[in-house]
Amino acid sequence: MNESAIIKIEKLTKRFHVGTGEFTALHDINLSFGKGEFAGLVGPSGSGKTTLLNIIGTLDYPSEGSVEVIGQSISGLTNRQSAHLRNYNIGFIFQTYNLLPVYTVFENVEFALLLQNRTAGERKKAVMEALDWVGLTDKQRSKPSQLSGGECQRVAIARAMVKRPLLVLADEPSANLDAKNSHNIVQTMKKLNKELNTTFIFATHDEKVMQYLDRIITLKDGIVETDKLILNTEI
Amino acid sequence: MLAIKLAFRNLIGAGLRTWLNVTVLSIAFVIIVFYNGMLDGWNQQALTDTKEWEVGNGELWHSGYDPYDPFCLQDAHAPVTGKAKTLVDARQLTPILITQATIYPQGRMQNIYLKGVDPDQQIIKLPSTLFKSETNDVPAIIGKRMAEASKLHKGDRVLVRWRDKNGTFDTREVKIVSVFNSNVQSVDNNQIWIPLGVLQHLTGMENEATLLIAGKNYAGGSIADWQFKDLNYLLKEIKDIIRTKKVGAAVIYGLLLSIALLAIFDTQVLSIFRRQKEIGTYIALGMTRIQVIAIFTIEGSAHSLFAILLGSVYGIPLLWYIQNAGIPMPKSVDSMGVSISEKIIPVYSMELILSTILLVIISATIVSYFPTRKITRLRPTDALKGKIQ
Repeated sequence: MNESAIIKIEKLTKRFHVGTGEFTALHDINLSFGKGEFAGLVGPSGSGKTTLLNIIGTLDYPSEGSVEVIGQSISGLTNRQSAHLRNYNIGFIFQTYNLLPVYTVFENVEFALLLQNRTAGERKKAVMEALDWVGLTDKQRSKPSQLSGGECQRVAIARAMVKRPLLVLADEPSANLDAKNSHNIVQTMKKLNKELNTTFIFATHDEKVMQYLDRIITLKDGIVETDKLILNTEI
Repeated sequence: MLAIKLAFRNLIGAGLRTWLNVTVLSIAFVIIVFYNGMLDGWNQQALTDTKEWEVGNGELWHSGYDPYDPFCLQDAHAPVTGKAKTLVDARQLTPILITQATIYPQGRMQNIYLKGVDPDQQIIKLPSTLFKSETNDVPAIIGKRMAEASKLHKGDRVLVRWRDKNGTFDTREVKIVSVFNSNVQSVDNNQIWIPLGVLQHLTGMENEATLLIAGKNYAGGSIADWQFKDLNYLLKEIKDIIRTKKVGAAVIYGLLLSIALLAIFDTQVLSIFRRQKEIGTYIALGMTRIQVIAIFTIEGSAHSLFAILLGSVYGIPLLWYIQNAGIPMPKSVDSMGVSISEKIIPVYSMELILSTILLVIISATIVSYFPTRKITRLRPTDALKGKIQ
């Protein structure tokens, strides 16, 4: 186990109640992720990628085993503590973007900072910088309904990155995008990973995303099948 | 602050659904203010008129007097002496003598109360000075209801029969010198007012009275056998009637308010059902469930703030117009047993408006909160998927 890891997973098992029985989504997982990794959880549907990502993101809890995220064991966290951890240290990018439809691009990105009670000046500076990273400064007043899928996902990236988290979790970020946009958004994330040393963990089965990953963890039926480091120079 | 900001933005972003709820709630708000304003106006008018026309600042009753027992009148009278006489002379009290009598207008027979009042009194509004306009006959004044019921008019003469203190029947013709217009039925219906001195003389009850009406300067308290009845006692029935009316009105506007609140409740349930992904996103972005509940609850209760604003936009001019024009009352309500004028002028007190605002806000907040409790049981991972639970 890597001592300097920001995520340490030991003997993680996750079971769900299904009807009167139980379904084991993850079984005896042992993993760790260091700072600045650009890693992917890959595997077919139902392999446990999203479940693992949710547990790392403190949106779900293990049935057995321990998960430590940025120095905190998630099993012992209260709702408030896990919300605080997500608020300051974890960014999420979803397959369906999950932008708030009544807000503009600027306000969607600003939202994460509002939760941190930052001043208006700090928020504006940070939001404009984040929009600049994803190339959407000219769309700051647009509503999500006025944007293309690729633009929406770039707003989601800006929203995840604006608070400069240590960790970004991206669940099938390219699933709703065409090839060109898929490459664009992963390239954007790779660039931010290099520049800001943010750890990115993807859940994906998209080959276009995989080619950018430095580490590919293959899950099958809730078990880590392979865990490969890849020397990746592509940006 | 964040929850309030987000809630208002979401609410405005919801568009037509919001404004439909707001419109219905604003109608309920305006109707509550209108109904209560009308009843408060009626209450105020009834209390003021009754004080001015009938009970003054309170009454001192002869110990045997019971306004609901006409048979008591034979014995419920006594000479006004001592301290009572001093206060009558000082114009702090005015004596009223009451006896049962019968009149024979156009050959018909009608039972009445014959009441004596000092022509110079100024404690009640009864136009008793008009007695002085007649010097040859016994002058009498009657109210418009009495005039209508007996078909008597100003200038008419009518035969009155009564029993004196010894029980002997006596008759005399009186002349109607004026028909007064009062909202207070209890100084009008079945009553003929004549000068106190004349009635005392006719009945042989010299210097006697049935009750004494207190003026503004009277300090209160009973005097010997004269038992003081304060305004709380004398006006209790009017207040009770208005209170009953308010309960009846509350049922009507309560139903209207319930419809509006039900619409908000439905909207909240629908919102939480439809916006599960949004709820999941809020939690993923770092909000606690309590913060999310606060957003949705404030969103729901904000309907009430918009309703109050919208209600003010059309309600203020509308209620202002009604207050100036008054609400005409049909004649039939005159038989309700409480003083009522031809027009009721509503009174919209600050207390009424603030209490209505509070009622609307609190009830909207409560119905907004209940559906949001579901959020505490919502798993963020399911919410993000928009899973129906």
